[in-house]
Amino acid sequence: MSTLTSTANEAARRVEAQDIRNRWLLSAPALLIIALAAIGPLAIVFVYSFLMPGSYGDVVWTFSPDAWIAVLLEKDIFDGTWSIADAHLSIFWRSVWLSLLTTVTTLLLGFPTAYFIATRPERTREIWLFLITIPFWTNLLIRTFAIQELIRNEGMINTLLMKAGLISAPIQMMYTDFAILTGMTYVFFPLMVLPLYASLEKVDFRLVEAGYDLYASRWRVLKRIILPLVKPGVIAGSILVFIPSLGSYVTPRMLGGGSKMMLGNLIELQFGQGRNWPLGASLSMALLAIVMVALMLQVRFAGRQGGNAHG
Amino acid sequence: MADPTETFDVRRQAGFPTVAVVCFFLLYLPIAALVVFSFNDGTSIATWEGLSLRWFAEAWNNDKVVEASIRSVQIAACAALIATVVATMAALATTRTRNYRGLDAKYAFINMPLMVPEIVVAVALLIFFSRIKMATGYSGLGYLVAAHTAFCIPFAYLPIRARLESMDLSLETAAADLYATPLRAFRRVTLPLLWPGILAGLMLAFVISLDDVVITEFVKSGGQDTLPTYMLGQLRRVVTPEMNAISTVFLLLSIAIVTAFFFISRKKD
Repeated sequence: MSTLTSTANEAARRVEAQDIRNRWLLSAPALLIIALAAIGPLAIVFVYSFLMPGSYGDVVWTFSPDAWIAVLLEKDIFDGTWSIADAHLSIFWRSVWLSLLTTVTTLLLGFPTAYFIATRPERTREIWLFLITIPFWTNLLIRTFAIQELIRNEGMINTLLMKAGLISAPIQMMYTDFAILTGMTYVFFPLMVLPLYASLEKVDFRLVEAGYDLYASRWRVLKRIILPLVKPGVIAGSILVFIPSLGSYVTPRMLGGGSKMMLGNLIELQFGQGRNWPLGASLSMALLAIVMVALMLQVRFAGRQGGNAHG
Repeated sequence: MADPTETFDVRRQAGFPTVAVVCFFLLYLPIAALVVFSFNDGTSIATWEGLSLRWFAEAWNNDKVVEASIRSVQIAACAALIATVVATMAALATTRTRNYRGLDAKYAFINMPLMVPEIVVAVALLIFFSRIKMATGYSGLGYLVAAHTAFCIPFAYLPIRARLESMDLSLETAAADLYATPLRAFRRVTLPLLWPGILAGLMLAFVISLDDVVITEFVKSGGQDTLPTYMLGQLRRVVTPEMNAISTVFLLLSIAIVTAFFFISRKKD
């Protein structure tokens, strides 16, 4: 190599190093704000989960694994023996179960809806898409409130049914698992439809035609051609619905009340009346762990599809 | 188009349009009912007693509602503005380059607030900020603005980055060839082209901040209710159509912003 090209290389390398340094400087404020006001404090929660609760909230700085044990077990106050914490377990169970149900319901309703939008002519497609986007950006609290107004005892559904003489006393829908499921399905529905649509829009319908030419039934075409093609969208939508469902706080608080709590409400309770910050911290970490597992499963499943996981 | 099966629509799946139309109907029914009853003359949220604007007047004259609304807008404006500026910088730093070390990590980190459940971040901030409050004695709106800015960044970043990726570097190179300084090239070439993306990011961030309930509920000090946390507190009690009236106005504002966003981000150039 001549000295001339090596100095040129040297100069190019220096320019590039400078470019990368500038790029780090330019992204520093965003990274710093996220580190300080969103992600960094998670480390404190981790530390807090190994401390003792203070008597008026906050913590006492003594190491203790009690908060982690209390996630699943409870100590008898009289004889000090440990047993399974039924209350916590049932809340964990409800959170996971209702979130899975919400994911399945939104998928079953969202798939035909996304398919319908994707097969509209170009011009009307934009309108349907817009109609899905509006609730997506509308306040979740207001949408939950709208559901609450419909299903409460003195709400519209019960009032109409009673006026029609179909029932004599209001059907209790509020403060049940059904209410939470309805609310979560309602508020997270657009999160399922949008990624499904993104996948369905790219489906090459010549493949579908080929299927029909080979005498496949509609159902078979759907199962063997369309569904495998939109699998990335199904996975993305399921994750987008499952994660916020699992961490739900507003919807179960408004529709489930104090008796039908989910994890988010149990965590809040520890920082409020419960005055057990370490337990709240360990429950938060447990929730985060479940979310991480779900995300890793997504990467794993989507990974088999090849490169277009987010297509 | 040469379609051999003109009468046989390969896209059709029996029942799908019906399900879709029912879903759209159910999606809008609760919101429509909520809006209709905000105009109810009576105190009921389910029995119609005549048309009236009394609940809008009631909300307008409710100092707490007005105060909370002003605070919401203040926080959203500050947070969205800061988030958009830093997200624009971050987007410039993470697009239109070959893969350098740390680039993937940056993407992942910027999007991380979208992955972690909001309640967990809320708890973390409650602990962290209460420590800072004790240490410094400051308990102003700064904490809420900081928290909102952090979770708004990924939302502002998305449309800006998408816009940047659709712009190639040839125009900037041309500007540099014509002896424009980097700053001048940025101001006269990059920024005008990027502008729709920035505006879209700003609007998204604003709406996201305005809608937040959980993080605000945990971070706020006494007397720092925003409109959503005020509503959350009220909804525990017996509700009157005043809540519907507030919701209706809130809905209209969101729809206006989203519609504007839709048109801005749809415009190709």
